[in-house]
Amino acid sequence: MQRLMDTLASTSADGIAATGAASDFGIRARRAAEYILVPLFALAVSAALFSGFLLLVGKSPADFYQLVWRGGFGTAFSLQNTLQRAAPLILTALAMAIPARIGLIMIGGEGALVLSGFAAAAIALPLIGRAPAFILLTVMALAALAVGAAWVGLAGYLRHKRGVNETISSLLLTYIAIAIMNFFVEGALRDPGSANKPSTFPIGEANMIGKIPGTDVHWGLVAGILLAIALWLLVSRTTFGFAARITGGNPRAALAQGLPVGRLIVACSMIAGACAGLAGFFEVAAIHGRANASLAAGYGFTGILVSFLARHNPLAIVPVAIMFGGIAASGGLIQRRMDLPDATVLVLQGFIFVILLVSETLYGRFQFFSGERSADRA
Amino acid sequence: MSDSALATVLIAMIGGAIRVSTPFMFVALGETITEKSGRINLGLEGTLVLGAMVAYMTSYKTGSPWVGVLGAGAVGMALGGMHGYICKLPRVNDVAIGIAMMSFGVGLAFFFGKPYIQPTAPRLPSVPIGDWLGASPQLKVALQVNPLFLVGLAMAAFLWWALRNTRWGLILRTTGDSAAAARAMGISVDFVRFLATAAGGFLAGIAGAFLSLYYPGSWNEGLSSGQGLMAVALVIFARWDPLKCVLAALLFGAAGALGPSLQSIGITQGYYFFNAAPYILTLLIMIATAGSKRAARDVPGELSMTR
Repeated sequence: MQRLMDTLASTSADGIAATGAASDFGIRARRAAEYILVPLFALAVSAALFSGFLLLVGKSPADFYQLVWRGGFGTAFSLQNTLQRAAPLILTALAMAIPARIGLIMIGGEGALVLSGFAAAAIALPLIGRAPAFILLTVMALAALAVGAAWVGLAGYLRHKRGVNETISSLLLTYIAIAIMNFFVEGALRDPGSANKPSTFPIGEANMIGKIPGTDVHWGLVAGILLAIALWLLVSRTTFGFAARITGGNPRAALAQGLPVGRLIVACSMIAGACAGLAGFFEVAAIHGRANASLAAGYGFTGILVSFLARHNPLAIVPVAIMFGGIAASGGLIQRRMDLPDATVLVLQGFIFVILLVSETLYGRFQFFSGERSADRA
Repeated sequence: MSDSALATVLIAMIGGAIRVSTPFMFVALGETITEKSGRINLGLEGTLVLGAMVAYMTSYKTGSPWVGVLGAGAVGMALGGMHGYICKLPRVNDVAIGIAMMSFGVGLAFFFGKPYIQPTAPRLPSVPIGDWLGASPQLKVALQVNPLFLVGLAMAAFLWWALRNTRWGLILRTTGDSAAAARAMGISVDFVRFLATAAGGFLAGIAGAFLSLYYPGSWNEGLSSGQGLMAVALVIFARWDPLKCVLAALLFGAAGALGPSLQSIGITQGYYFFNAAPYILTLLIMIATAGSKRAARDVPGELSMTR
C-alpha cells in the first residue's frame, strides 16, 4: 500500500515536472534528502550502538573504526581488496533489489551465486585445453546466467502460480543449491588433488579473467557497475520498470490495468537470478578458478542488507556495496589486531540491518521532507 | 537380507525421527503461537542458533544442562520480544525484520560462541523408553527419548486444548483473525502480538538448546542447518494446528534421518543428496499446500505473508 502511494506520489511529481512548475526541483530535492538522510541516520545510530557493544566486551570502538578505515579504504592495497569484494556484493544486492521493485522479498542470491558458480566450473571441464579462453569464458558466463535465472526464476514462478511464499522458498533453494554443489564437488566431479577442501578441477590460470589494467581488481567490478546502471535505467526509465513498480504497489490494480503480472514477476526474478549468477561466474573465473565451499562466503546474504540500505535503488547499491566490501575487507585486520572473532563483522551487519528497518518508521514523520504538502498549501 | 536391511533403515528412521524432530516441533509450536496472533517471525532461525549457543555456554558454566535450557529460552524470549516490539512501529515490514533478526541472532551467536567450540558441556539425559517396554536392542537405541521431546508432546496437546477452550486462546485467535474485532473487544492488539512473538522466541530458544545439548550435542557454527526456517514453512503445512505440527515435525525428522539411516546399512551413495531431502520436502509441501482452499480457510486472517 505504501509503495503504491510512493508510486502515485512520484508519478504526480513527474506530472508537475512536465508542466514545468517552478518549485518542482525543491520538492524533489527534499524527498531525495529524506531517502538519503534517514538511512545515514540509521547508520550513525548503528555505529553508536555497536560502539556500546564493543565497550561492553571490553574493546575500544575508536580502534575498531580506525582499523575498518585502514583495512578497507586507507591504502591502495586495502582499497583494491575492498573493491574486489564489492563486485559480488553489487551483483547480489541487485538480485535483491529488482524483485523488491515488484514487491517480492527474494533472498535466494546466495544459492543462485553458489549454483551458478558451480555450473560455470562444471561446464568448463570438458572444454579446458580444447577451446580458446574467450570461448570457454563465454560458455561459462552463459551457463552461470542461465542457471541463476532459472533458480530464482523458479521461486518467482512458484510465487505466481501457486502462491508459495517467495522469501521462504528462495532461502530453501539456497540450502538445496549448496547441497547440490557439495554432492558433486565431494563426489563425481572432485579433483583428487584437493584434499583439504573438496573442489572441482581448476579451469586453469590461462583461462581466468584478468585484472583491470593497473589494478588488482577483476572485471567483475566493471560488470557490476554497468549492470547497476542498466538496471537503474530499466526500473526507472522504461515501461517494464513502471509496470513492475505498479505491480509492486498494488497487484490487483495492476491486474485490472491488464498488466501481465505473472510474466513481470517471473521476469524480475530471472533478472535477479542472472545477477547473482554473474557474481558466481566472476567468483569462479576471476578469484577461485574452481568451484568449492568458498563460493558460499555469505555474499548473497550481505547483498540483501546492501539492497535494503540502498532502498533497492540500483545506483545507490554501488556505494553501499563498496562500504560493506570495505567492512568485510578489514575483517582480517580487526581479527588480528583486536583479538575479536571473525563474526564481529556479522554482528555489526546485524546491528545495521535491524536499526535500518526500524528507521523505516521515520519516513513521512518530518514535515520538512514532505515538500509536496507545503506546496499544496501555498 | 533385504528384509533385515529394510528393518534396520526403518528403525533408524523412527529413532531419527524422534531425535531430529524435537527442534522442528518446538520452533513450529512457537511459530504457531506467533502466527495465530496475526504476525510472522521469520527470524526464528537466528533465535535457534543463539539459543543453542547460550544453552551450551550456560550448561558449561553452571554444570547443569537444565539451566542451559532455561537460559536459551530466556534469550529466545528477548529476541522474540524485540521482534514483537519493532513490528508494532508503523511502516515496519515483519518479514524484513525477520531476516534482519536472523542475521542479528546468528552474528551474536558466532561472536560469543567462539570460545565454546572446543570444551564439552554437560548434556541432557535421555529417557530409555525401550528398556521399560523390553524391546530388542536395536529398538532400545531408537527409543532413547529426550525429555524435551516428551515436554514438546505435552505442550502441543496443551496448546491444542488451550487455543480452543481458554480465554487466552480466544484472545489470541481473535487478534490473529481480525485486529478490528479484537480492538472492539478492548484487547490491545500490539500487546497480544508482542507476547505471542516473545513466547514463540522462547520455544525457538529451547529448540536451539536441544541441538547443542542433546543431538548433535555440541556447539559449532554449522550446528543448525535451517531447522528454524523449515519449521516456519512447516506451520503452514500443519495449518496452524499444534497437533499437526507434531506430526509434521516427525515427518521432517524422518526425512532428515534418511541419509544417516541409509548410511548405517552401507548405502553412502548420495549422502549429500539425502542431506537436502528435508529442504526438498519442505519445498514440495509448500508447493502442494500453498494454493489449497483448505489452507486458505484455516489461515489467520491478519497474516500478511501466506496469501
